[in-house]
Amino acid sequence: MSTKTGGQIVCESLIREGVDVVFGLPGGAILPLYGTLSEYPQLRHILVRHEQGAAHAADGYSRASGRVGVAFATSGPGATNLITGLATAMMDSVPVVAITGQVGRAGIGTDAFQETDITGATLPITKHNYLVMRASEIASTIKEAFHIASTGRPGPVLVDIPRDVFQESAEYVYPESLDLPGYRPPGAAAESEIAAAVEVINSAERPVILAGHGVIISRAYRELRELAEKAQIPVVTTLLGISCFPEDHVLSVGFPGMHGMAYASLALDHADALIAIGSRFDDRIVGDASRFSRGSRKVHIDIDPAEFNKNVRVDVTVMGDVRQVLDQLNPLVKRATHEEWVRHIEHLKAEHPSLRIPETDRLLGQQVIRSLSEVTKGRSVVVTGVGQHQMWAAQHYRFTRANSWLSSGGLGTMGYEVPAAMGAQVARPGELVWSVCGDGGFQMTMSELATVAENRLPVKYAILNNNHLGMITQWQDLFYNHDHQADAYTANPDFVKLAEAFGIKGLRVREQEEVVPAILAANNHPGPVVVDFVIDRVDHVYPMIPSGQSVEELIEEPL
Amino acid sequence: MTNDYGIRAGVRTITALVQDRPGVLARIAGMFRRRGFNIASLAVGRSESPGLSRMTFVVEGPQNIVALVAAQLDRLVEVVQVTDITDKNLVWRELALIKVRTTPETRSEIIELVGIFRVNVVDVAAESLTVEITGGQSKIDSLVKLLDEYGVQEVMRTGRVATLRGSLVTGGSDGEFEVGSIGMTDESGSGLGPVGDSGSV
Repeated sequence: MSTKTGGQIVCESLIREGVDVVFGLPGGAILPLYGTLSEYPQLRHILVRHEQGAAHAADGYSRASGRVGVAFATSGPGATNLITGLATAMMDSVPVVAITGQVGRAGIGTDAFQETDITGATLPITKHNYLVMRASEIASTIKEAFHIASTGRPGPVLVDIPRDVFQESAEYVYPESLDLPGYRPPGAAAESEIAAAVEVINSAERPVILAGHGVIISRAYRELRELAEKAQIPVVTTLLGISCFPEDHVLSVGFPGMHGMAYASLALDHADALIAIGSRFDDRIVGDASRFSRGSRKVHIDIDPAEFNKNVRVDVTVMGDVRQVLDQLNPLVKRATHEEWVRHIEHLKAEHPSLRIPETDRLLGQQVIRSLSEVTKGRSVVVTGVGQHQMWAAQHYRFTRANSWLSSGGLGTMGYEVPAAMGAQVARPGELVWSVCGDGGFQMTMSELATVAENRLPVKYAILNNNHLGMITQWQDLFYNHDHQADAYTANPDFVKLAEAFGIKGLRVREQEEVVPAILAANNHPGPVVVDFVIDRVDHVYPMIPSGQSVEELIEEPL
Repeated sequence: MTNDYGIRAGVRTITALVQDRPGVLARIAGMFRRRGFNIASLAVGRSESPGLSRMTFVVEGPQNIVALVAAQLDRLVEVVQVTDITDKNLVWRELALIKVRTTPETRSEIIELVGIFRVNVVDVAAESLTVEITGGQSKIDSLVKLLDEYGVQEVMRTGRVATLRGSLVTGGSDGEFEVGSIGMTDESGSGLGPVGDSGSV
């Protein structure tokens, strides 16, 4: 036992939790914590340009590494700038711990300078949060925060610490045990639930797996593959489940839903058993719940029982950690071939070639992604923002490595791609990280290029630049009678010059034949690169199932 | 009563044991608000265990929606235990203080009337008196309705607290007022919505 300041206790506790990198930006209330950082060189602090970048970078770091990402921000505006990043992490179940400075204890509740009730503000967008009012409570709080963030269904936890609590001294002992009587994350499933699931799987003639982000969170790639292969069950992944199952596998059927492959949506529709694993039946997949996969008996495997029967009524629920559940399930599942059904899926793929790229001399976003996939052999880490570029990346990049796809699925956060790629690169320093960006989202967070340059992070940014909010244009075309409002950027910056202003290599591509050389040049450049892929017209993303509809309304061919 | 989905809604009673920590009530209330669940009443107090409080929620909605409420509640870190006790053998009460206008002519009449309900007169002033009533919701609703003829000035209600009955509890009167005995239906009352029955067994 020794006496330390609150700031020292924060650092000691983070190190005990295995943290070696923090993304942050200081301010008055958190300065006492920064004042102790020089004593802890093992904590690498990456100074971002905006706190939203810190939260997304911590999120990207976490998704790419499977560890808890950590962000620091000061009180008031520093803390509120984290909010979009925390909400993103909450929706996609990403373990992030945010440590925020708060005004001194005497100032709380007085509308002091830079005071925000950040625990109040983040109640619905954190898994849990804390306001720590005594230095003696910091260590146990941080231990709880990491435990809650990383176990069960993961999520962000915010720890708010007043300025004078960082300065207060307390006895420091890192607690060995936790006192969380209300928090018991499930592990293995009940045998009765396993038996019910096995009955559905073994009696199915047309089973399909819907594999979600839970498979990646639980690192259950091997177990998923074992189940699929043993009983020859085709695997549809959700958008966030992409890269939990190799896309060059014969049983891989792509992703379904609004912009998914038609054959994936049809596979769910034609199935007589649907085994959802670590997925929450998002509305982008389900559309009209009353018409979703009507002929199937549904098994829902998830660690969070609050997801059961929330969006879709299911027949069997199995509560538990995905990997443990599959370990229980697999030995009981009968070997099967489902020849006719697998042939039917092959037939659907042949009849609905959803990934056909229109023949044209123009540069197309789809093509850029296809080339990126071919050049990198499907082995790059791919990070995206939200919109058309995201859907093209999900459709046309053929992922062959586990956990190599990072995208803001639930919240749909434009601008995620720039800082999240930075975090992913920090987590996987030796690997190729491509951030596929829209020109809209890129401009939301491009200030982090300074952070990328400063830390010599060799992220490759591919901007699919059509000078539009392309998905907005598409929706206005389809659902608002071509009434284009606020969808065009008529004065985008010169992204090559912009990159160069940050000291980053910039490349521009206008023609099809320039795509592959530019990708190769970027891959071979040791530092960060921005490639401006100039697309001179807004194309639509297809296939498309309009919001709230079903596979019956699927629009397959470009207009 | 039906909800927006056209499903017949009921009223369900849920109890929760929660850690007595700052902000826990805001966290729970925020969850109800965000998920669009309607709390008809809420009572909170310390439980028998140090550091833990017990909450009793009365929630309106179809059973499957209420199951989601319970799951969302249970997901909160500070919530230790959640039980939907609606279909159990339970006893529940709420307490109300009702202030009613009086005149020299009506005072004794009111005191006589409230006597039937076995309630206490807790305060008497020149132009009003305040009674304390404990019981099921419909009993309280009935009294409020009767007193309204004299002019109810204020009603303060606690919301329901409920507990499971022990097995083989001695029968007989437990002070519960039977709903049917004064000809009142259980939908006669205030804005708290219908309650299935008095809760007595």
